[in-house]
Amino acid sequence: MYQFINTVLNGITSGAIFSLMAIALVLVWRSTRVINFAQSGMALLSTYIGFECIQRLHSFWIALPLSMIAGAFFAALVDTFFMRVLFRRTADGPISGVAPIIATLGLLGLIRSSLGMIVGNSDASIRPPVSNVGFTVSGHTLAFSPLKLMTLSMVIALMLGLTLVFQRTNLGLALRASAYAPEIARLAGVRVDAIRTIGWALAGAAGAAAGMLQTPNGNGALAPDSLEFNLLLVFGFIAAVIGGLESLVGAVVGGLVLGLFLAFIQYYVSGSLVFIAAFCILIIVLLLKPKGLLGSKAGRRA
Amino acid sequence: MTLVVSDLCVDHGAIRAISGVCFEVGKGQLAAVIGANGAGKTTLLRTLSGLKSTSSGTAFWNGHDLLHAKPEQLVRLGISHVSEGKSVIPELTVEENLNLGALWRSNGAEAPATLIQVLATFPRLAERRSQLADTLSGGERQMLAIGRALMSKPELLLLDEPSLGLAPLVIAQIFQSIRDLTSAMGLTVVLVEQNAMSALKIADIGIVLNLGSVVVSDTAKNLIENPQVRAAYLGY
Repeated sequence: MYQFINTVLNGITSGAIFSLMAIALVLVWRSTRVINFAQSGMALLSTYIGFECIQRLHSFWIALPLSMIAGAFFAALVDTFFMRVLFRRTADGPISGVAPIIATLGLLGLIRSSLGMIVGNSDASIRPPVSNVGFTVSGHTLAFSPLKLMTLSMVIALMLGLTLVFQRTNLGLALRASAYAPEIARLAGVRVDAIRTIGWALAGAAGAAAGMLQTPNGNGALAPDSLEFNLLLVFGFIAAVIGGLESLVGAVVGGLVLGLFLAFIQYYVSGSLVFIAAFCILIIVLLLKPKGLLGSKAGRRA
Repeated sequence: MTLVVSDLCVDHGAIRAISGVCFEVGKGQLAAVIGANGAGKTTLLRTLSGLKSTSSGTAFWNGHDLLHAKPEQLVRLGISHVSEGKSVIPELTVEENLNLGALWRSNGAEAPATLIQVLATFPRLAERRSQLADTLSGGERQMLAIGRALMSKPELLLLDEPSLGLAPLVIAQIFQSIRDLTSAMGLTVVLVEQNAMSALKIADIGIVLNLGSVVVSDTAKNLIENPQVRAAYLGY
């Protein structure tokens, strides 16, 4: 029984981080039709900035928002000076749909190798801001720790914030309208280009938060060729596709489904099957519901 | 306060869609642009609202150049375009669709008052305020699209085939509202229609397009009585 509760709680926590990454991918995809493979590189860069902030300010709690602001700023720069130019240049060509996506792969390489040149092999790690020793319930020590509780509450808080922005503010209305029907939004007077840049910025912030929360939950180490961030991108992408790629709620559902599934595989089957299992669930979902779990019109709205 | 279009030419790739079109619409006038499918009516409107770029010619609204501006800038000059096919966003609620039209107005304080006005104009929308636009009927969608344009407080309204796919009774309703709005709000309207008779009945002036050129332009009354126009476009 304890094992079961443990598995569920851990699955939800890691799923919550996948959800953040999935949200970042969905935000960019639904407004620009680009799968931003550079998202993990952008998250890595933001997390390095967060690490530098921790070194100087000695507080994870100040570093987290700073890293998210840096992530947002960098993503906005990428959209303004890279993606927009690319879209203009390739607008009519035969590769118009693919070029920007391939370009994000190039950008990923660029960010990683630039980071490698700057930080080299220096040791960087983010220590958990709160204890990672599991809670003890009537003599049993759970794997669920204060760190995991903090991670989960941070993700929930961020998602509530994002939901409020999207559903209750004028900016949110402009963001949704620009994503669903850019031409109608423009005719209504919305500056769709600027709104897209804000969408990229929100995605950059979400990716930064995912990186900052994932790192202390893993082994804490940061490296320019970090496997952790590759996995974050892959799992975030799978979560986004499971959720239908169009909907933010879908991204959260996809992340939680994936997190729980992988936790059960890890504890009850074998830790070495986790990676394969992630792709299996992707294929199963796509075979049964090709548009994803929330890939309908109702899902698009959410 | 006039719309002056002169010698306008627009190309779709190698095909000339509009060639040498000239016309003028005075303030408060309702101009109907009629013509068969493929005459260039929609292209004309998309050009005036900044969605399509021109090859040559000029178009001015109150002295502002329309041809080198983006749609989102033209909205700020008081020009609203309701594009073909009930341009509403199905994933948003009726109220959200309407509010979208007022987003750009920095003094958002006026928006609620405008919303009340628009809902009074189209009571059906008031009843369905919090429903998704997806659940509306064709006629209601057209009302919503026009309502959204009105939320931007336009002076020039460009309407593309508001009758498309609607039942005759609903068409009559929509056209009556367009006529009433034009008079009540002092709007200038360019109405593009295949449904020539309905359009000319409410219009002040009419412009007949064929294969991208103006065949004849006159007062709507004269056009209805013009034997050639009757034979070619009004069907009797």
